[in-house]
Amino acid sequence: MPLSTEDVKKVARLARLAMSETEIQAAHAQMSSIFGLIEEMQAVDTNGIEPMAHAQDLAQRLREDVVSEVNQRELFQSVAPQVERGLYLVPQVIE
Amino acid sequence: MINSSLKQLSSQLAAKKISSVELTQLYLDRINTLNPELNAFITLNAASSLAQASAADDRLAQGQAEVLTGIPFAQKDIFCAKGWRTTCGSKMLETFIAPYDAHVISQFNNAGAVNLGKTNMDEFAMGSSNETSYYGPVKNPWNRKAVPGGSSGGTAAAVAARLCAAATGTDTGGSIRQPAALCGISGLKPTYGVVSRYGMIAFASSLDQAGPMARSAEDLALMLNVMAGFDERDSTSLQRDKEDYARNLEQPLKGLRIGLPKEFFGEGLSSDVGNAVETAIAEYKKLGATIVDISLPNSRLSIPVYYVLAPAEASSNLSRFDGVRYGHRAAEYNDLTEMYEKSRSEGFGVEVKRRIMIGTYVLSHGYYDAYYLKAQKIRRLIAQDFVEAYKHCDVIMGPTSPTTAFNLGEKGDDPVQMYLSDIYTIAVNLAGLPGMSIPCGFGSNGMPVGLQIIGNYFDEARMLNVAHQYQLATDWHTRQPGGI
Repeated sequence: MPLSTEDVKKVARLARLAMSETEIQAAHAQMSSIFGLIEEMQAVDTNGIEPMAHAQDLAQRLREDVVSEVNQRELFQSVAPQVERGLYLVPQVIE
Repeated sequence: MINSSLKQLSSQLAAKKISSVELTQLYLDRINTLNPELNAFITLNAASSLAQASAADDRLAQGQAEVLTGIPFAQKDIFCAKGWRTTCGSKMLETFIAPYDAHVISQFNNAGAVNLGKTNMDEFAMGSSNETSYYGPVKNPWNRKAVPGGSSGGTAAAVAARLCAAATGTDTGGSIRQPAALCGISGLKPTYGVVSRYGMIAFASSLDQAGPMARSAEDLALMLNVMAGFDERDSTSLQRDKEDYARNLEQPLKGLRIGLPKEFFGEGLSSDVGNAVETAIAEYKKLGATIVDISLPNSRLSIPVYYVLAPAEASSNLSRFDGVRYGHRAAEYNDLTEMYEKSRSEGFGVEVKRRIMIGTYVLSHGYYDAYYLKAQKIRRLIAQDFVEAYKHCDVIMGPTSPTTAFNLGEKGDDPVQMYLSDIYTIAVNLAGLPGMSIPCGFGSNGMPVGLQIIGNYFDEARMLNVAHQYQLATDWHTRQPGGI
C-alpha cells in the first residue's frame, strides 16, 4: 500500500511534529523507500506463529503495592521548562 | 600507562605506583589535546571526575578497593548520571541535568570507578555513523575522514584513542558491536535483561541493552562483572545468580564448535572484511575449534522487522518529550498543541523524526496487524533460527559489519543504505542473544575489521573465553591508531 503525502501529514499530526511542506515531501520520499524495504515481510508465511514481544518469554514481575519512592518534587521540577508553586505550567486548555 | 589493561591499572593503583587522581588527570589531559578534533565527548566535568578520583584514592588507602576502584571510565551520554548534563545526543536534552543515576552508573560508582565524561552518540541512539548527533559527528581515530560507527561512536573513538581506560555503550541493533568493529576495539552486548535499563534513556525497550566497550575481552569481563545484575527498577531485569564473567577466560578452546551462517558470507560482504574474518576462523581452527556450517534463513528479514519494531517502540518512548516536565520547550506558541508540535520539531533531529513517523504509522489504526504484529511474528522465526543453530554449535561467528568504516557523509541522505550497515548485528537483538565484536585485522583501506561472536542465551562467559584465547594468540586488539 503506497504511502501518500496526506498519510505523512496525518502521521506528523498524530506524532505532534510540526513539519513544513518541504519537510513533508522529503519525509514522504524517504518513508516510501523505507516501506519498500519493510514490505519484504508480507511475503513471509506467519500462519500459526505467536508474536514475540520480548526476548525472554517471561511473565511481568509483580511487587507488593507499597511506597518505593521518596518525594523529590523540587529536584525533578528543577529541570522543567516552567513551574510555579510545584505545578508544571502549560498553555491554558480549559476556558 | 594508556595501554595498560584494567587488571594492570588495578594492581598499579593497589601498589600505589600511581594514584587515581594522577590517572584521571592523565586522561583529562589527553582528552583536552585530542578531543577537539575527535569530538568523542559531549560533556566533561573535570572537578567532579577528580573529586571521585580523590575519594577512590581514600578508598584504596583504606584497603577497601574493588577491582575497578580508581579507574577512569567514560560513559555513553544515554545514561543518566546525577548532576551531569545528559543529552542523549539531542538538542531536546541540551540543558538536562540528570536528577538521578542510571543503574549502570550506580554500579560503577559503587565499585569506586571514576566517571571521566559523557561520550558522543547518535541522537537517541538512532544511527550507525554518529552523524545524527546534535553535537557534531565523531571522527574515527584511525582516519579522521571516516565515521566511528554508531550509535556508541563516541565511546568507540574514546577507547580506540586511549582517552579513557574503557567505556560503556548500548546496543539496540548493533550500536556496541558495529562501532567497536569500525574503531578496532572489543565490545559486548549481553543477553537481553542481564544489565538493567533503569536510567538508560529508552529507544526501543524490547531490544535496548547496555554493555562494556574496551581494548580486550579480559577488560570486558571485569566491566560486565560490575554492570550485570538484577535490578527491581527495570521490569525486564532478570533474576539470576551473580556470576564471574572472567571465570572461563583461561580455558582452552579444543573441541569448541563454531557455527558459520552461510547468510553472513554472501552478497553485500566486502571481500577485505570477508578475508580478515576467514583468517580469524583459520586461527580458531589452529586453537582446536571445529567448524560447523549452519543457516539462519530468516536473518535476511531482520532489517525490515527491526525497522518496524524499533521505530514503533521509539515513537511510544519518545512521546514523553513534550516540553512540559523536562527537555526543550519552544519559545513561542499559541496553545498546547502548538507547544507540543513546535517543541518536538525543534528538539528532535531529522533521523529521530523519521523514526517517530514510521513508528506512529505502523502503530496507527488499520496498520497494526500488517506491520507491528507481522514483524513480531517474524521476530520469533528469526529467534527460532538461532535455537535450531545452537543444537549444532557452541558459538556463531561472522563479520560484525559488511564493510570497514565509511567516510563522513558517504551514505548521504539515503537512510536505507545506512540501515543496511547493521545487517549482521540486528538479528541478535531481535533474538535477545549476547553478541560481541573483537578486532581481527584490517581492510584494504587500512581500517579495522571486527569479528562478530554470537553466543547462546547467558553464554557471555564462554564468549569472553573464546575472544580472550584469540587475543592471547593474536595482537590485532593491541594495535593503535597513529597520532594518538
